Amino acid sequence: MFDPDLRWRLHPQVAVRSESFGALLYHFGTRKLSFLKNRTIVAVVNSLPDHPDARSACRAAGIDDASQAPYLHALGVLAQSTMLVSGQGPAADYPAEDLGDDE
Amino acid sequence: MTVLETAHAQPVPRLVDQFELGLDAPICLTWELTYACNLSCVHCLSSSGKRDPRELTTRQCKDIIDELERMQVFYVNIGGGEPTVRSDFWELVDYATAHNVGVKFSTNGVRITSEVAAKLAASDYVDVQISLDGATAEVNDAVRGPGSFAMATRALENLKDAGFSDAKISVVVTRHNVDQLDDFKALADGYGATLRITRLRPSGRGADVWDELHPTSAQQVQLYDWLVANGERVLTGDSFFHLSGLGEPGALAGLNLCGAGRVVCLIDPVGDVYACPFAIHDTFLAGNVLSDSGSGTGFQNVWQNSDLFRELREPQSVGACGSCGHYDSCRGGCMAAKFFTGLPLDGPDPECVQGFGEPALARERDKPKSSVDHSRTANRKTPSGPIPLPLLTVPPKKFCNESPV
Repeated sequence: MFDPDLRWRLHPQVAVRSESFGALLYHFGTRKLSFLKNRTIVAVVNSLPDHPDARSACRAAGIDDASQAPYLHALGVLAQSTMLVSGQGPAADYPAEDLGDDE
Repeated sequence: MTVLETAHAQPVPRLVDQFELGLDAPICLTWELTYACNLSCVHCLSSSGKRDPRELTTRQCKDIIDELERMQVFYVNIGGGEPTVRSDFWELVDYATAHNVGVKFSTNGVRITSEVAAKLAASDYVDVQISLDGATAEVNDAVRGPGSFAMATRALENLKDAGFSDAKISVVVTRHNVDQLDDFKALADGYGATLRITRLRPSGRGADVWDELHPTSAQQVQLYDWLVANGERVLTGDSFFHLSGLGEPGALAGLNLCGAGRVVCLIDPVGDVYACPFAIHDTFLAGNVLSDSGSGTGFQNVWQNSDLFRELREPQSVGACGSCGHYDSCRGGCMAAKFFTGLPLDGPDPECVQGFGEPALARERDKPKSSVDHSRTANRKTPSGPIPLPLLTVPPKKFCNESPV
């Protein structure tokens, strides 16, 4: 469960690659790929460890409380696939992803 | 692939559209480490068999890995040939994972002994994909050669016994195994593995057998229905996007676009960079990592500056498919499938679900042959069974002079 009142951070096995549209996230453990589709959410994700909770990270990125719902939802999706972990840092197993077709 | 729908302040292009314009670095790429192979599968996309004496050295491979790390290419799909027969295979795998480049490698299982399986089980960063093209020895060995079913299942057994979790079983769907999809799934479940099924392409030696082996149109519907029912638990390499038009948009899991030269590519054993693993032909050759293209050397230079890749990232001609209501879902299908069956690139896929491929195939066609052929036998259609493989420590002196590796 994603609790926006907790401190969150990227899973240590997740790499972030900046792109013109936002960023790509790759989890080396679960082999899942995710896309951040604008730069504001990228800034929020990168700054999560600097803030006591996810809501403050959003505020610091200029998203006022009334506009936070879609961002918190996005963070929730990332938490669900263990791209983000809270202070306690659980790591569940998720199915591997697959891109790049070969035989 | 998971597409994270996040908030956007203003409308942004769809990810598929973004990807069609290409990225500064591939998300992942296929890297065939050697053309040497102990098997001679009738549909081999890279016409593998004999080692190429120009094969990249260990140092050259490590230089490529260094570059992939700098470009943040997340992982490589290593294949061949049979990549594990390179004497430096494990050294390269270890080097890649130590440099933040994840590895998934495809193998027929020849080197996956219990010792190797134990070593693999200890790594978090290596994925193993065992190729199998029949759920029974009879169906598999007709395509992959005598003894290959036993070899693959022994490898799966070893991985399971070693506690390696979630190996992949990779199946190329053919006319003869499409009825076995449930059996493949059961087989994978039995080994604690994940099933991965991909499309048969008329590439490499596949061109010789595609007419006889590609699924019939009735079988394609059957395959589509199976994928929609089971897609969540099965990987596909997003290779069946040509079937998207059979149902609602989004019914097929995955990104479903052709990423050739845009988000993926192929590096071959001699350092040639092609748009995709199914396009080993001069037409799709973007450059070589070792040669100076005029704007520099190295993989990044080829990826970012090659004329071919720049062209692929331009809006493509829709051609004859423009008036079809399904174009938005299938995007005209697979470039390599069209090219190697002699169909125009701006027309329908040979397996077009609207049936537009069939009349095109019935017309007179000129099927382009690739000049890259490392097959061992003159008679390519008859697989002759496994070949015992000595490990080479130095490349053979003359081009294709070494038999078999």
